[in-house]
Amino acid sequence: MTETDTAEPVRPETIKAVPVRHPGRWVSGAIVLVLAAMLVHMLFTNPNLDWGTFGKYFSQKEILKGLVATLELTVIAMAIGIVGGVVLALMRLSANPMLSSAAWLYIWFFRGTPVLVQLIFWFNIKALIGDISLGIPFGPTFITWDVNSLVTTFVAAILGLGLNEAAYMSEIVRAGILSVDEGQTEASQALGMRRLKIMRRVVLPQAMRVIIPPTGNETISMLKTTSLASTVAFTELLKAGEDIFNANYKTIPLLIVVSVWYIIITSILSVGQYYLERYYGRGSSRALPPTPLQRLLRGNLTTFHRRPPTPAVPRNPEVGGL
Amino acid sequence: MSEPMVKAEGVHKYFGRLHVLRGIDLEVEPGEVMCVIGPSGSGKSTFLRCINHLEKIDSGRLQVDGHLVGYRQRGDKLHEMRESEVAAQRREIGMVFQRFNLFPHMTALDNVMEAPIQVKGESKAAVRERATALLEQVGLSDKMSGYPSQLSGGQQQRVAIARALAMEPKLMLFDEPTSALDPELVGDVLDAMRRLAADGMTMVVVTHEIGFAREVGDTLVFMDGGVVVETGNPRDVLANPRHERTRSFLSKVL
Repeated sequence: MTETDTAEPVRPETIKAVPVRHPGRWVSGAIVLVLAAMLVHMLFTNPNLDWGTFGKYFSQKEILKGLVATLELTVIAMAIGIVGGVVLALMRLSANPMLSSAAWLYIWFFRGTPVLVQLIFWFNIKALIGDISLGIPFGPTFITWDVNSLVTTFVAAILGLGLNEAAYMSEIVRAGILSVDEGQTEASQALGMRRLKIMRRVVLPQAMRVIIPPTGNETISMLKTTSLASTVAFTELLKAGEDIFNANYKTIPLLIVVSVWYIIITSILSVGQYYLERYYGRGSSRALPPTPLQRLLRGNLTTFHRRPPTPAVPRNPEVGGL
Repeated sequence: MSEPMVKAEGVHKYFGRLHVLRGIDLEVEPGEVMCVIGPSGSGKSTFLRCINHLEKIDSGRLQVDGHLVGYRQRGDKLHEMRESEVAAQRREIGMVFQRFNLFPHMTALDNVMEAPIQVKGESKAAVRERATALLEQVGLSDKMSGYPSQLSGGQQQRVAIARALAMEPKLMLFDEPTSALDPELVGDVLDAMRRLAADGMTMVVVTHEIGFAREVGDTLVFMDGGVVVETGNPRDVLANPRHERTRSFLSKVL
């Protein structure tokens, strides 16, 4: 201890030691660098990649039309999946045995068969049902539609992807609902709230925290699964690319065009998911980390030195160890 | 003689083969504060939950303010109430839980405002005024916009009390309201309950706070093994328990 008159205590001497060496990091770094260099070299020199063709077709009209069709299919199929999933989850958790077994049967069937088979099935639905008519069951009919005019390739793709998705989404929603503490329902009941209101106002908003991440996953997965619709002659992004390379045989450049578009949309969706999770995480005990934008505004996007994390929520001094 | 607020006659409750309540007879008068003590597993919380039909009773009669809980009587036949009717009954009965059960996705103020707006359909402005006043009453005027996770246990429980009071109930049930709290936070919650009792609220309090029961309670009930062992004026029961079982329980907790 040194005698000082200052009120600040003298900070004891910091330990100076030789840090542990990590030769493995140098070796693995070198290997990765060489591989990366080979890849870059190949990207620039392989004539089969044909970047000229890539550039020509990347924002070509047919490709962009296919991209829009892919996005439409993703949005509509996911919308059917989410709404259907919530309904199926509520049915499965219902006290009504008819509803819960009907939901169980639906999930069993749609998870039990490949989505590609379901797509082809809907595409060929005419072979099963000739016409659809409105009328009294087993009685007279009033209006009749031809199934082929109703179920276009777009509708077949939506039905195939959406109904299949509903089965998966229902399990995600059900897990979310079950994750909410029973006490929340009891407290709501004690306040005189009824089942549907409890579900809508109390349980589902809390279940969202559990539901959102896998739903983001499902959406990204759906974006890519829509490419299966190309097999039922629906022109989405992959089919648009296929149509072009079937004519000009530039298969690889066009597959890269298609892949780059998928990656771009997937990246955008991931960002959207991040902010959605933050929104539904409000009120949870974990302090939210700053968003990349907030970090950028604070001017420390690349922080290498350690600093104590600043909690987003001011801590209450009264909060004990509860 | 006014009608009792709560009237239990021969109430039995089974969980599967477990006989939890073995014939409870109790009456709570309007404005009375009844404290229920007893070892864990004695059925005191279960009895409390039966009063607002969170648990169904298996036999006997249980009435709140002259109406059967969860059933309607037509002639000599009992009819189960529909969900909407049960919900309507529960609006009149406030309940405070051991683990608070606040809505974590809503601020303190929104927690208090939720039921009057959603259940009673009252106007937001009127409810906001009442909710603000209630939170002030329990000493939380500076915590209204805080989420439950930002509040201490004691603060959360006081929000829960305000939330129940916002429905303007005629009966309040407390299920071990201080058992999940750090000892230093218990006082504020008990103060809020004390004030409520002084304002004339009818209260049934399941508790381990013997001091509170002695000071605030009008009646003390000692339960064990699913029956009421002893009931009476808190000071008498605590000073001179008549039953051996009561005496041995009190010797452990006092």
